Amino acid sequence: MRISVGVKHFLLVSAAALALTACTAQQPPAAAPPSMPGMTSMAPASPPVAQNATTNTVAIKDFAFAPASTTVKKGTTVTWTNQDQDAHTVTSTGSGGPLRSPTLQTRQSYQYTFSAPGTFEYLCTIHPFMTATVTVTP
Amino acid sequence: MTEDDHSPEGMTRRQLLRHTAWFGAAVVLTVSGGEVISRIAAPGDAVAADDPNALRFVQISDSHLGFTGSANTAVEESFSHALTQINGLGYRPDFVMHTGDLTHLSTPAQFDQVKQMMGTLNTGHVSTVPGEHDSVDDAGQKYRQAFGAGTAGDGWYSFDLKGVHFIALVNTLSLEKLGHLGPDQLEFVRKDVAKLGSDTPIVVFSHIPLFAMYPAWGWGTDDAAQALSYLRRFSSVTCLNGHVHQLFTKTEGNITFHSATTTAYPLPQPGTRPAPTPVTLPAGKLADALGIREVSYRPGQPGLAVKDVKLA
Repeated sequence: MRISVGVKHFLLVSAAALALTACTAQQPPAAAPPSMPGMTSMAPASPPVAQNATTNTVAIKDFAFAPASTTVKKGTTVTWTNQDQDAHTVTSTGSGGPLRSPTLQTRQSYQYTFSAPGTFEYLCTIHPFMTATVTVTP
Repeated sequence: MTEDDHSPEGMTRRQLLRHTAWFGAAVVLTVSGGEVISRIAAPGDAVAADDPNALRFVQISDSHLGFTGSANTAVEESFSHALTQINGLGYRPDFVMHTGDLTHLSTPAQFDQVKQMMGTLNTGHVSTVPGEHDSVDDAGQKYRQAFGAGTAGDGWYSFDLKGVHFIALVNTLSLEKLGHLGPDQLEFVRKDVAKLGSDTPIVVFSHIPLFAMYPAWGWGTDDAAQALSYLRRFSSVTCLNGHVHQLFTKTEGNITFHSATTTAYPLPQPGTRPAPTPVTLPAGKLADALGIREVSYRPGQPGLAVKDVKLA
């Protein structure tokens, strides 16, 4: 290993320490909730959210859909409203899905009327870690 | 070692982790002076400024033109600083690669602005790959109109320069939380490298990491393993990505991954917040989190030298 003259001495950790931290560096330093639907309910900054709500309004807030999972009857119109400062979208996961909102700026809304039963997964294309589901019953 | 361990000089374990996450043939870390924040070089490597055979290029990433949040209220200014810094490097880079999220919201005005700004670069060529922010509402159509000339498929391409083979991939369309390449692009990679000698250095650009940096936040690519399998026989493979707005390096066998920082605003380190949302730093600290990356290669050397420099 070649170290330049300008390196501060506190960075000259031993090879053993390097190897040790190199191994642990691949793991996140803090515990985080696993990736799964409804993970917003585990976020400490968010209020508790029902795992499977029946509301037809979905808030987009703190970079999450709330509720992340909702069940509605066929024919229901669901409204999403962006309450964040950043823009978001409501977009079906994969190709061919029905949800295809424009870019929603702060306070803008998007509506979709579900005319057929099924499970509809969606995300924000701007922040694809934001995922959620609408379940439509007959 | 616990989370709260501090070195005698007051570094937290997390800071130490961040600094020691860089390892390669040789690792040189410099924080004194605040300029170079990491340097990874092959043994004995130092590209002479006047070496006509040396390859030099610059990676910039995640400029997010159009972002207006408190994490950086002047992203255009920051990007302009980065471009000025590149033009003042003292050499003319063979090319400058922007690894995506050129714009924040894919508007025509934002594409126009970023294209005009990058037109001021003194370089042989300006190259790009798209980020998910460059295709928020049209599956990348406006991106390809602005930057897709000469590309295949959804905007991927490859080229050769000074003995190095470069592959630029698009993993921000067909997103299902994680990045995705898709069968057409995987086939492109397979055919693209099939005729190359195994001693050809390979550099792969993508927006989202091709390694599993933190899948819970989508910081990985679900079908990258297959693309990387085509590259296992090469002696040197360097994957350069953006998306995560922070430096991180990892080596898996013959492949080294380098996540770049941003010119716009930092994101949290994996798992330290509920979501990867923009981080507003204390006044005066933002420039420390932003930067550009210089990469060089001299024929005969085993690998590439990567140097990350803070925004001046």
